[in-house]
Amino acid sequence: MSEEKKQEMRAPIETGAPDGFQYMHPTMRKNYGQWQYHEHPKPGVLKHVAKSGEEIWTVRAGTQRILDVFTLRTLCDIGDKYADGYVRFTIRSNIEYMIKDADKVEPLIEALEKEGFVVGGTKNSVAMISHTQGWLHCDIPGTDASGVVKAMMDELIDEFKGNEMPNRVHMTTSCCQINCGGQGDIAINIQHTKPPKINHDLVSNVCERPSVVARCPVAAIRPAMVNGKASLEVDEKKCICCGACFPPCPPMQINDPEHSKLAIWVGGNHSNARGKPTFQKLVAAGIPNNPPRWPEATAIVKRILKVYKEDAKDWERINDWVERIGWPRFFELTELPFTKFHIDNWRGGRKTLNSSAYVRF
Amino acid sequence: MIDELENGPWPSFISGIKRLRDNHPEERINEMTNDLLGQLEHSYETRKGYWKGGTVSVYGYGGGIIPRFSEVGDAFPKSKEFHTLRVQPPAGNFYTTDILRRLADSWEKYGSGLVTFHGQTGNIMFIGSTTEHTQHFFDEINDYGFDLGGAGPCVRTAMACVGAGRCEMSNLNEQKAMRLLVNNFMDDMHRPALPYKFKFKVSGCANDCMNSIERADMSVIGTWRDDIQVNQEEFKKYVSLKGRKYVIDNIVTRCPTNAISLNDDDSVVIDNQNCVKCMHCLNVVPKALHPGDDKGVTILIGGKRTLKIGDLMGTVIVPFMKLETDEDWERLVEIAEESIDFWADNALEHERCGEMIERIGLVNFLEGIGVDVDPNMVANPRESSYVRTDEWDDEAVKWYEKADAKKETA
Repeated sequence: MSEEKKQEMRAPIETGAPDGFQYMHPTMRKNYGQWQYHEHPKPGVLKHVAKSGEEIWTVRAGTQRILDVFTLRTLCDIGDKYADGYVRFTIRSNIEYMIKDADKVEPLIEALEKEGFVVGGTKNSVAMISHTQGWLHCDIPGTDASGVVKAMMDELIDEFKGNEMPNRVHMTTSCCQINCGGQGDIAINIQHTKPPKINHDLVSNVCERPSVVARCPVAAIRPAMVNGKASLEVDEKKCICCGACFPPCPPMQINDPEHSKLAIWVGGNHSNARGKPTFQKLVAAGIPNNPPRWPEATAIVKRILKVYKEDAKDWERINDWVERIGWPRFFELTELPFTKFHIDNWRGGRKTLNSSAYVRF
Repeated sequence: MIDELENGPWPSFISGIKRLRDNHPEERINEMTNDLLGQLEHSYETRKGYWKGGTVSVYGYGGGIIPRFSEVGDAFPKSKEFHTLRVQPPAGNFYTTDILRRLADSWEKYGSGLVTFHGQTGNIMFIGSTTEHTQHFFDEINDYGFDLGGAGPCVRTAMACVGAGRCEMSNLNEQKAMRLLVNNFMDDMHRPALPYKFKFKVSGCANDCMNSIERADMSVIGTWRDDIQVNQEEFKKYVSLKGRKYVIDNIVTRCPTNAISLNDDDSVVIDNQNCVKCMHCLNVVPKALHPGDDKGVTILIGGKRTLKIGDLMGTVIVPFMKLETDEDWERLVEIAEESIDFWADNALEHERCGEMIERIGLVNFLEGIGVDVDPNMVANPRESSYVRTDEWDDEAVKWYEKADAKKETA
């Protein structure tokens, strides 16, 4: 780059994360750190009361998450006309409007619903599914998480709008096993079932081979000459089809239209309430990755939710519930098959075995 | 195929993209989103993705942009460059409608018109811009206070819960903690040169709404060390409303350390020394039970998802510290600096901090960052006898000296 050109370029201002206070509702600013309690008057609505006696009302709504500027402006218009112009987004991409006056709550809800947004997602609901980018934008996606979520939320919308679950249900979807969607009470993730298909013509030009070798969790990749070209080969007996080699080496294609399946995991819980945080556990795999509406995956999720709703006690998250009733009963109630693949053989997996005489009948 | 996703009651992102294609006054956006829909339809039909990465950044930075070049750009030329800018949100994800409109105005000048609040790490994701336009868009929003987030092997965008802004469970100034931590590492965010990613997340209590234990390399969680504050009248009201059986079944017996019990007069008694601040009883009766006054934080390190060695939760490295004085806040940042420096020096390529600790052992890490061992760091002491203990006496002396020092300050 010439010196002249460089001078034209604008140096970045490295300000980092902006201060949130400048965008915070004045009532929240005023009572910062001085909140006394909250109530949950109805689904989608929270009322927080400060020690000063001041109140802030929150109305939460689900959106399509990937917003076009028209939708974003509609959300802003609603915020200006029916609320106080202050919003925030939750970790599950719901929008929240904070307002001072209780009498604005109902008109705000009406305005949101009129525009097609879904008020709910609080307390004992099935919350918005947090998800990844998928075919719309990711470079390694096995599926389109956004589409899976849209199709599932269409079916679960009443549970989002209601509060009839034993406790809150956090769901996630992820388009690969990196699992950017994160842990969830129920997670719907891609699970590849075949080793990568290697384009040996491209490997040496595209991939830094030693780092690809190092990336494999089971040391199944080794350098090899194939057709006179420096490439990589996979010991397919060792390969666990995790896809870790694909991001650093795109010629090792892991995604397969037929053999990249969906798997469902349950019992991930980030909260420390009642017990330490838990990771999600595999319950179903081999589910077709079937766009545009993924009916097979949705059916299993609905079945798990139905059984949980009927059988769990108040305050039990899915992990708490299964811990009480035991895994045999879980598989019986959900009518899902228990297979050899449910038994963990990864390092540390032994701690997941039953080393006791505790057996359920 | 994707038209099917316009059906059903949940808001449709496909309908949103079509609005940009059909109704936006800017032809560039119409064409870009038209071709984006074409490629997405192609993905749905073939069940494959067609984006590949590359190298795009803005002047002065090495990261913050997710480059996307289409592998089927010949068929869909108008969206063949479709990069995402990761932009750091205000702490706590607070916005006014004014600032959202301003961001929307800037974005439609240079991008596709698609934006997500927020991606899974916590960035505002401005999805879809050309290489040239990423620079212009960044210049414009950087002028009014927004900065790029992290991408690649670097400190990543951090997250803080709504916290003290609205929540009575809050035990610290979450926004301050998050901004002090992450904004201290802007060079490590914008010029990726670390072994792999490093994430900070701050939650105001052990409900951990930011998933920090499971998802953050360094997790800061609010807690307190004095007694739970009890409003007995409110508690009794709750008992009379829900009944004793409900209170016993849903509060008393759900306490993980059996630290709470119901008195005969329906008031509550808490064994505070054995309370682990799990938050359950406070969640059930938020009007009657509140965090104590002697607030502070617990710090955990090393949380991450599967790749490469399997899932790891963060584990405690600082059981409790106050965040009151300037020195306290400086110490918080210092712990982060020490952790990142040690990890940067000792990790293998593409090894997260938790994986490094798994490989070298927690004690080596603690010694590396100058933090003393504490029984709160373990679920239980060692079960394996494979350990060399010839310096036992010296270590025991350290423990007693520390105990004496604590007595003196008390």
